Amino acid sequence: MSLLIIDKLSLSIDTKPILQNVSMAVEPGQIRGVIGESGSGKSMTAFSVLQLLPDRSTCSGRITFAGHDLLTATEETLCSIRGNDIGMVFQEPMTALNPLHTIGAQVAETIRIHEPKTSRREAMRRAAATLERCELPNARFPLSRYPHELSGGQRQRVVIAMAIALQPKLLIADEPTTALDVTTQAEILDLLRRLVSEDGMGLMLITHDLAVVSGIADRISIMRQGEVVEEGDGATLHRTMQHPYTKALFAASGHQPDRAPQPPTAPLLQVKNVVRDYTMPRKTLFGAPRKFRAVDDVSFTLNKGESLGLVGESGCGKSTLTRAILGLDKTQGGEILIDGKPVFAGNTPDRAVRRKMQVVFQDPYGSFNPRHTVERLITEPFHLLDTPPKGADRAKAIDEALLSVGLTPADKSKYIHEFSGGQRQRIAIARALIIKSELIVLDEAVSALDVSIRAQILDLLTDLAARFGLTYLFISHDLSVVRSITDRVLVMQAGKIVERGPTEQIFVNPQRAYTKSLIAAIPTLPEGATDA
Amino acid sequence: MNRNLTLGIALTAVFIIGALVSLFWTPFDVTKLAISQKMQTPSAIHWFGTDHFGRDIFSMIMVGAQTSIAVALVAVGIGMGFGVPLGLTAAARKGSLLDEVIMRGNDVVFAFPSLLIAILITAIFGPSALNAIIAIGIFNIPVFARLTRGAALSLWTQDYILSARVSGKSAARISVEHILPNVTNLLIVQGTIQFSLGILAEAALSYVGLGAQPPTPSWGRMLADSQTLISLAPHMALFPGFAILLTVLGLNLAGDGLRDMLDPRLRRAGR
Repeated sequence: MSLLIIDKLSLSIDTKPILQNVSMAVEPGQIRGVIGESGSGKSMTAFSVLQLLPDRSTCSGRITFAGHDLLTATEETLCSIRGNDIGMVFQEPMTALNPLHTIGAQVAETIRIHEPKTSRREAMRRAAATLERCELPNARFPLSRYPHELSGGQRQRVVIAMAIALQPKLLIADEPTTALDVTTQAEILDLLRRLVSEDGMGLMLITHDLAVVSGIADRISIMRQGEVVEEGDGATLHRTMQHPYTKALFAASGHQPDRAPQPPTAPLLQVKNVVRDYTMPRKTLFGAPRKFRAVDDVSFTLNKGESLGLVGESGCGKSTLTRAILGLDKTQGGEILIDGKPVFAGNTPDRAVRRKMQVVFQDPYGSFNPRHTVERLITEPFHLLDTPPKGADRAKAIDEALLSVGLTPADKSKYIHEFSGGQRQRIAIARALIIKSELIVLDEAVSALDVSIRAQILDLLTDLAARFGLTYLFISHDLSVVRSITDRVLVMQAGKIVERGPTEQIFVNPQRAYTKSLIAAIPTLPEGATDA
Repeated sequence: MNRNLTLGIALTAVFIIGALVSLFWTPFDVTKLAISQKMQTPSAIHWFGTDHFGRDIFSMIMVGAQTSIAVALVAVGIGMGFGVPLGLTAAARKGSLLDEVIMRGNDVVFAFPSLLIAILITAIFGPSALNAIIAIGIFNIPVFARLTRGAALSLWTQDYILSARVSGKSAARISVEHILPNVTNLLIVQGTIQFSLGILAEAALSYVGLGAQPPTPSWGRMLADSQTLISLAPHMALFPGFAILLTVLGLNLAGDGLRDMLDPRLRRAGR
């Protein structure tokens, strides 16, 4: 008998249909991958199982969990099921833990909520054992640690420990690895798989990235616009798939934009022996402040028309380096030249130099002032020009920028909240294009996007580079993206460039162990899946 | 225009119009005492009754609106006018000496008992409504400076600020173009709170004789006067109390409505 059966579930909020006839089942010891883009209803399906739905939502159909009908169950029954029989792991490990409680106390709390008779000491003992199971050895991570002392991946392990502390029959993981680096993602997926096989629990793994689940899911459901469009076996879906949307998803996941390699020309950006120190708080009252070297003697050259990848995990110093290149922070050593001129002339960044570069950030939601219209947002770089275009010239520049990124001139009077994540990244690119800068720094520019949107943006970037002769500095932790769009790659670790070379060479024949581990961690689709 | 804003503006307008009309005409002269008619309950002649000197409470509320609203509004204006730029500057120069000077200066004002400053000012310049305004205004400055700095600091880490910096905009320009519009909703809410506190502060100062001087009526002093007679003539407290309540309510509603109207995210959603 199945552990969880969702049968013809329909859900609407305020008469707006969200889910239609969703059916799927999870068996004990099985991993069910639920895949879809933002807004496809995959998270809502998970929340329906827990009955943690927004107000004014109405459900029809049936959700049966271990013999209970969850749609008709009382709140009391549901409370005893949530956390006890069904555990949940959310996307963002940074906000899922209470910063004021130790990790031991947080894991112990979930035990004591459902088994109030457990003594505090016993709960802590079990918390320790659970954290141990989640590969957080107590010797290195004592129960008295606070969340801020842990990295994102370690926090996600604590969140998983909280979810499995009571050995639930079903674990729901909603994008558990989306906020993590590629290597951490691989480790967390391994952990989940191990826990499933050890405890025989069912796992519902929700994600937008087909490559993430295709390696570990037993069954896969593909969702689109509130419906399950395809359902199949994890190992063979890429051969049996019928629905065009599934095919499009597979294609997007392994998408490679067509781009011609650029012959090396004159250098545009030169980074020479750059050092960037952060001052740390003093340890003692009169001691000298300590320093943390975030970027350590980094040198590289980026040629005109070239696309260079800068790869590394969070905390490796790539963002710090980016800020230095953009002239946002001063460096403590070395120089950064654009077209032979330093970004910093004296104490202030040189406007004439700055004009040559623009930036696209990761977060499509935080990159825009919510109170300005698109017109005002994308014309901001005009500030760098000595004589910004006025009247008809200005309108023409705005329209051109919007058209070149696939939007319409009518979009200029809208506000940013009216656009989707992918459209916002297009607007960010339009802003970077409007003063015809040569160098565009793409700081994790596609990391927050769904796979199919990511593919579109990568195509757009490739196309723009060919049309306008743009030079890209592409910063990312995701190597598969870097591979598709760059000519050369720099691998950064702990503030230093540890490996560099032509992209294909690095991927095919990495020299350093660190690079190898990064490449091994890339989630891959089964062979031949992308040919379809 | 949304319902809150309309209602809020309407309520506020009633009191402002009342205050303006009282400049030319009131049903009774508020400076004339008529002891024989003291503490009358509301009637057709005296709509809100009379006080312990036989003055018409309706007229006093009209005239008192001038003092109360003017004191509170100007005090909030002073607080915002100085506090917001100080807060923006401190946030833009976070960690610098300037930031320290501004914020520690704020701490000093915060640490001073407000009554003490008010007494100090009146001791130098003599008691009057104007000096009450200045005293209350000074105490509003750190409130707005701190609020603005806190909100601005979190905005400074946003990507759109970085991108404005990449476009070469100066800190001052970013503060005005990007930071200020995004803290206005907080400022409006805090402004309405400070306004109500301002009316109460004026009442407190008038109570100890440092605010508007008799015979000029103010809502605060009317409340203070009624205190000892509350069991004999509750209407003496009731009407100025309601006046304060409704003005504050009106301004709060207007503030909320204004906040929604200024925010493009809420404007189109059409609540």
